[in-house]
Formats: sequence, C-alpha cells, structure tokens
Amino acid sequence: MAKYAFFLGCIAPLRYPGIEKSTRKVAEALGIELVDLADASCCPAPGVIRSFDKKTWIAAAARNLALAEKEGLEIVTICNGCYGSLFDAAHELAEDPELLKEVNGILAEIGMEYKGTTKVRHFAEVLYNDVGVDAIKAKITNPLSYQVAAFYGCHFLKPSKIKNIDDPENPHILDDLIEATGAKSMPRKKKILCCGSGGGVKAGFPNVAKAFTQTNLENMKESGAQFIVDVCPFCHLQFDLSQAELGFNIPVLHLSQLYGIAMGMSADELGLAAHKVPVVL
Amino acid sequence: MVTPNPDFYNEIAANGGADVKMCFQCGTCTAGCPSGKETAYRTRKVMRMAQLGLKDELLNTDDIWQCTTCYTCEERCPRGVPIVDTILAIRNIAIQQGKMYDAHKKTANNLVKYGHTVDLNDKVKAMRASLGLPEVPPTVLANEKASADFAKILAKTGFDKLVE
Ligand code: SF4
Ligand code: SF4
Repeated sequence: MAKYAFFLGCIAPLRYPGIEKSTRKVAEALGIELVDLADASCCPAPGVIRSFDKKTWIAAAARNLALAEKEGLEIVTICNGCYGSLFDAAHELAEDPELLKEVNGILAEIGMEYKGTTKVRHFAEVLYNDVGVDAIKAKITNPLSYQVAAFYGCHFLKPSKIKNIDDPENPHILDDLIEATGAKSMPRKKKILCCGSGGGVKAGFPNVAKAFTQTNLENMKESGAQFIVDVCPFCHLQFDLSQAELGFNIPVLHLSQLYGIAMGMSADELGLAAHKVPVVL
Repeated sequence: MVTPNPDFYNEIAANGGADVKMCFQCGTCTAGCPSGKETAYRTRKVMRMAQLGLKDELLNTDDIWQCTTCYTCEERCPRGVPIVDTILAIRNIAIQQGKMYDAHKKTANNLVKYGHTVDLNDKVKAMRASLGLPEVPPTVLANEKASADFAKILAKTGFDKLVE
C-alpha cells in the first residue's frame, strides 16, 4: 500500500473539514495510506507570508519538510497553496546548498535539521500518477452524470518548469480525474483563469479578487456546469463564499468530495453542510 | 523629479528576486495578466521601474500588491524572468519599510498566534467532531512543544517583531 505523510494546511481542517474527511475516506477506498504529518504548521501561505519575509517562509516550510523527512515519507497536500509553498521551498532547498545551510542554522534553534530530501506531491497528481484513472474507475460504485466545471487553480501546475505535471495552458488531468466518475467536464472559456484570491489579493483587495471570480462564474454558468470541482480549499472558499453576493448559485466540491459521492458516501460524511452554496445531490 | 536608485535591482536580487535587467520590456506579461484586466496594475511597468531603480515610487503604489501570483506571466515570458519571485522580493522590501496593509498584517499575526493563518473556532470544532475527526487537528494546534518550536522559528527570523 502506498504510504504518504498527509499535510493538512489551514483552510481544509479549519474551515472545510469535510475536505479533510473525504480525502481520508477516498484515500482509504483507493488503498492509499495517509499518515498524519503530526505537529505540522501552516505551509506557510505563499501569498501573505512569503510576501512578508522570505526567510521566515522558507524556514517554517523547511520545518514541515523535515518532519516528513524524519518519517521517510513523501508529503501529500490537498491544497494548491500548500503545494505551491512546500514544493517551491523543497525545490529551492534542494538546489541551493547555501540556502539550506542558512535554513538549518534557524532549525538548529529547535534541534532539527533538514537534509533536503522530501518530495512534495499534490493529492490530485498522486491520484492520477500513482493510482491511475483505470484503478479509480474500478472503485466507482455510484457513477455520476453531472456536468462539471473543472477548476485547476494556479499553483497546482505552475510554475510548470519545476512542476512538470501537465500543460499549464491547456491541462487535462483534472478533467480526466473528474470524468473517471462518469461526470462530464464541460469545456469553457478562460478555463485556467485564477480564482482571484491568491497573493494576498483576497485580503487586501477583495473587489479585485471578486472580479476574477465573477468572470470564472459567468464562464462556468455559460458552459452548463452544475458543480464546480476544485483541488484547492482556498479557491473552494473563494467560490463558495462569494457567489451569493455575485448572484450565482453553483455548488462547489473539492475533488475528494466528488470522489466521495461517486464512491457512495453520504452528504453527512463529506461535510457538505459547511458549504455556503447549498450542495444538492 | 524622480531619483533613480541603481542599487535597487541588487536589493531585489538579494531578496530572492531576479536580475531584473533580464527583462527586455516586450509586454507579454502585461498582456496576459488577469489582474491588469481589472486594475491599473501593469506587470511590465513594475519590471521597468525596478530596472530604473525607482524604489520609492514602486514601494508607494498598490501595484505590487495586486498580483495574485497566478504565474500566467512567468509561463509566457520569452526571457524566462522569474516575475513572481521578483514581485515577492519587492514586497519583502516594502514590508521591511513597514509598508503593510492591515488585512495582511492580521493574517501574519494569526500565523504568530496559532501557527496557522486562521483560527480554530467552536463552530469548526463541532463540525469536526460530527465528522468523526479530532476536534483539534493533529497539527501544532494539538501539541504545545510543536507550537513552542514554531514560535522559536518566528522569533529567530524576527517575524514576530516584524508584524507587531
Ligand atoms: S514578459 Fe518578461 S521580458 Fe517581457 S516585459 Fe514581461 S518580464 Fe519583461
Ligand atoms: S502572476 Fe501576477 S503579474 Fe503575473 S499574470 Fe498573474 S497576477 Fe499578473
């Protein structure tokens, strides 16, 4: 059984615990063992925290990476923000021995050391590359017929030069993962447009963030999508919380929640009650 | 009169940004920037101001804070300029001068207080319990030693003082 260190981050466990729960259940159903990365902190957030102080950002990320290194496990995240921070930090620390040394000088304060070996993975990419679409199809007990808007977000695939998961301008892996459930991923305009909330823009300039979100929602609605399916709790939050004000009503699911539905789990088990846009299945 | 500051691009590189002289001002970044569609923010102009060393002018506008770090520009830049790293480096310099928005400061303070960017409230605790999850997630929130370790890192880098 493939085994990974499960990195929770902030928004999933503290705002949409249903995303955490459904990830645990879906992983179990697919034969993936998720071991909690105990004592982890915020990734830290690539927007505000990295914007404030790079040294703090990379030292705190290195502490999380070192916790996984001690367990000898790859990290799995369910959030593009965590993925962006931890992947970028791991990449920089693996490439730059001077930086690694500096960061270890900080970690020495708490008796820790990071050797630079931890690999960071996104849950969706693990599903696609390690489990595979065919093995997923075999576990679908409740095939879906929904029309869905696949929302990739930004830090899942980009910067593509170091992530190398899919074509960032015309990706397909999330569409393939969605269609494994029987649902149809609807083509739409500006599919790779950012949700608007990254980089501290949601906090600093909420109206700018909402303008991005509105363009996305208009294109999703026009495509005939009945659900938005994301791979990031922060995009999820932005779509879920801003729709009432923007006059839309398209329920939002994290990929793990869509999979939970397709594997026969109940709305209660998936924590759908936490969603502001009601999810009617 | 503006006063160019030729040391500024070295400062940007020292804070984790690019050598901004790499940029040849083609404007591809601005053309694809979703934030530029909604605001007066122009990515190419930020790169140009950085090249010219117009430090005060750049640090005193909203511009550098309008970027969502979506990486669209960076994917398309014909010179391979790490544009996002560069914007983040310029933000680091602004923060060192105390130029921070209250909303961002609040998020930064959450990190100091909780080790997370948001708190654990009673409603979420109840939701977690009803899902059969531990009320407190198994992170720094659940372990005093881990939380103290995390605080030591922020004290060592001076982050706690920076956002006070
Ligand atoms: S796309 Fe690259 S080279 Fe062109 S203006 Fe922008 S940063 Fe400069
Ligand atoms: S990363 Fe920032 S500057 Fe570049 S396209 Fe996205 S919002 Fe614009």
